[in-house]
Amino acid sequence: MSNTEANGHFDMKAALKDAAISALLTFVLASLILGLQIVDRNTGLVLVPRIWLAAAAIALVFFGRLALHMFWWSKRMRVDKPPLLPTTKLTAGLAKITRIAAPLLFVFAIALPFFPFSDRYIMDLAILIMTYVMLGWGLNVVVGFAGLLDLGYVAFYAVGAYSFALLATNLGLSFWVCLPLAGLFAATWGIILGFPVLRLRGDYLAIVTLAFGEIIRVVLLNWYTFTGGPDGISNIPRPTFFGLEFKRFGEGTFADFFGLEYSSLHRIIFLYYIIVVLAMFTSFVTLRLRNLPIGRAWEALREDEVACSSLGINTTNTKLTAFAIGAMFGGFAGSFFATRQGFISPESFTFIESAIILAIVVLGGMGSQIGVVIASVALIGGFEVFREFEQYRMLIFGLAMVLIMVWKPRGLISTRNPSLLLNPSGRSPARQEGAA
Amino acid sequence: MEYFLQQLINGVALGSIYGLIAIGYTMVYGIIGMINFAHGDIFMVGTFVALIVFMGLMTIGLAWVPLALLIVLIVSMFVTAAYGWTVERLAYRPLRGSFRLAPLITAIGMSIVLQNYVQVTQGARNRPLQPVITGGFKFFEDSNFVVNLSNMQILIIVTTVVLMIAFSLLIAKTSLGRAQRACEQDRKMASLLGINVDRTISLTFVMGAALASVAGFMYLLYYGVIDFYIGFVVGIKAFTAAVLGGIGSLPGAMLGGLIIGLIETFWSAYFTIEYKDVAAFSMLALVLIFLPSGLLGRTEVEKV
Repeated sequence: MSNTEANGHFDMKAALKDAAISALLTFVLASLILGLQIVDRNTGLVLVPRIWLAAAAIALVFFGRLALHMFWWSKRMRVDKPPLLPTTKLTAGLAKITRIAAPLLFVFAIALPFFPFSDRYIMDLAILIMTYVMLGWGLNVVVGFAGLLDLGYVAFYAVGAYSFALLATNLGLSFWVCLPLAGLFAATWGIILGFPVLRLRGDYLAIVTLAFGEIIRVVLLNWYTFTGGPDGISNIPRPTFFGLEFKRFGEGTFADFFGLEYSSLHRIIFLYYIIVVLAMFTSFVTLRLRNLPIGRAWEALREDEVACSSLGINTTNTKLTAFAIGAMFGGFAGSFFATRQGFISPESFTFIESAIILAIVVLGGMGSQIGVVIASVALIGGFEVFREFEQYRMLIFGLAMVLIMVWKPRGLISTRNPSLLLNPSGRSPARQEGAA
Repeated sequence: MEYFLQQLINGVALGSIYGLIAIGYTMVYGIIGMINFAHGDIFMVGTFVALIVFMGLMTIGLAWVPLALLIVLIVSMFVTAAYGWTVERLAYRPLRGSFRLAPLITAIGMSIVLQNYVQVTQGARNRPLQPVITGGFKFFEDSNFVVNLSNMQILIIVTTVVLMIAFSLLIAKTSLGRAQRACEQDRKMASLLGINVDRTISLTFVMGAALASVAGFMYLLYYGVIDFYIGFVVGIKAFTAAVLGGIGSLPGAMLGGLIIGLIETFWSAYFTIEYKDVAAFSMLALVLIFLPSGLLGRTEVEKV
């Protein structure tokens, strides 16, 4: 397919041939699914032809491919880069600005509610993005640090959400009491689920965690007496600010206590700060853990499990800690989700959520904290931008996942500073605090 | 006993469908060591192609059902295989030899793309099909229970057996099969010996997709209702089947498919139908924990 660009000059005949082959393939792919639509009629299902659509797709592929040959592939010499080399110019540049960008982003996150453009919509979006940032950072412990592929992370998110919702609605406990409990429950489930399966390798682990995620969802869906089944749980209490509620009327509300005029935005901003603090907590803890022996053990495990165990590291315990800590942060995020929504149902905890969180971690560059932020903003923000095109946005989302991955297989921020360096100048090993 | 026998027949029919899909997973895993997450959705595309072709043939008035079904089968195998090829070409080949998780993410991305592509182009609602193959015969009759073996079930089982035999011969006897097995063992060495590895991998995807489309065709005729989301759960179950049978092993995939089909059917029949997916998924976890190399798989010895 790529004969034309091999020598860096342009060969019209080959380009045309290639474009024609691509168009032919598109014809095979598109003529039935795009070209004919199944439509419900009173008389039953009928086929309605949409030939123009299929023709447009074929033409698009033909001319698109031709244009690629003429303007893109012919312009540059293709040098086969070693595929495993992690650094390219762009990622190196990104890594450089990371050091400056991280504090700036932090200040921006703190100041966001005070900007004039921060209306309800922006704040809601910011809360959503921060939730995914937190989930990404939590999953980063499992996937990025310990190298365990977890496709069922949403299970712990669900455990956190449901434990808060059930504790709050049945026992009347407040958000602040439930938050640590939810984390604890999620971590316990992490250990319960992790214990039997953590000796599996790579893809097998991925598929089992996926299965566990689905099992938890199906149980939530069908255990009607306990979880409310598909109806979910509603009337989950909102968090309070040291006992002050965010209500419009009555004594002892937030607005009343501080002598402010009531605004529904107060609660949103408060929620926003909760998630920012939770996310920062996640980031802080994971970065610190990374410098502890356990964190080093995770990274050693990720690089080489056999070498790791032959050096006397208990791989099972190491994996379990990573799994449990990741699950705990998932649980925190879950209970935040429950209190923000006020309503949860198994609908919110489908596989696609796990896939999105994993995509955030991997697209951001595994193990990179700032990468998670960039990927969350790009994916979730992009998702919002395409809200107008409701039915196309998952399609675009999937395409974006594929394209970014093909473009940058190691993620957007793929340089990772080692947490421990041997210094050739003979001084003590330099420690890299808070490596990107 | 009669009830048991009836469930056994149903389970074998369902298991055959899973087995055919599982072959696609097991071959791809064997040759490039990745879970082709989009395979379940390739199966789903296969069901839609089959439905559209069938409706098209009905519209132009081809009334002789056996011929219509044969055309549907051939066209949908061809088109679905093209989808399998395209997915491999676009999402997996550029990442060959790259970072291990990258193809997994593109696979998940492709799965989302295929699902939403079909949803956008064909709508999100269920698409029913009137039963095409009806009838059957009483396999066993008792005073209070009749065990039926429908013609559809016979068709499924016979097709699966025929395909399995043809496929095993393809892998065992032809040069393509030899190339495929060589790539499975050592891709670099195979390419040094003049095997076109990329082409072999592409053909593996094509064969997997073609088999999945046969499964999709039979699923459509057997259940008579499809939607854009069926690929996910069916795909996971088929993958479970592949793992259960031992990944990389073709008879294993078939055996695993049968076992998963039977477990699901019996669980629905004797316990709770809501938890049938839980039964299949728990089975996956149990197998992986106690028998990681599967029933017919090779035990992997890790060299350091």
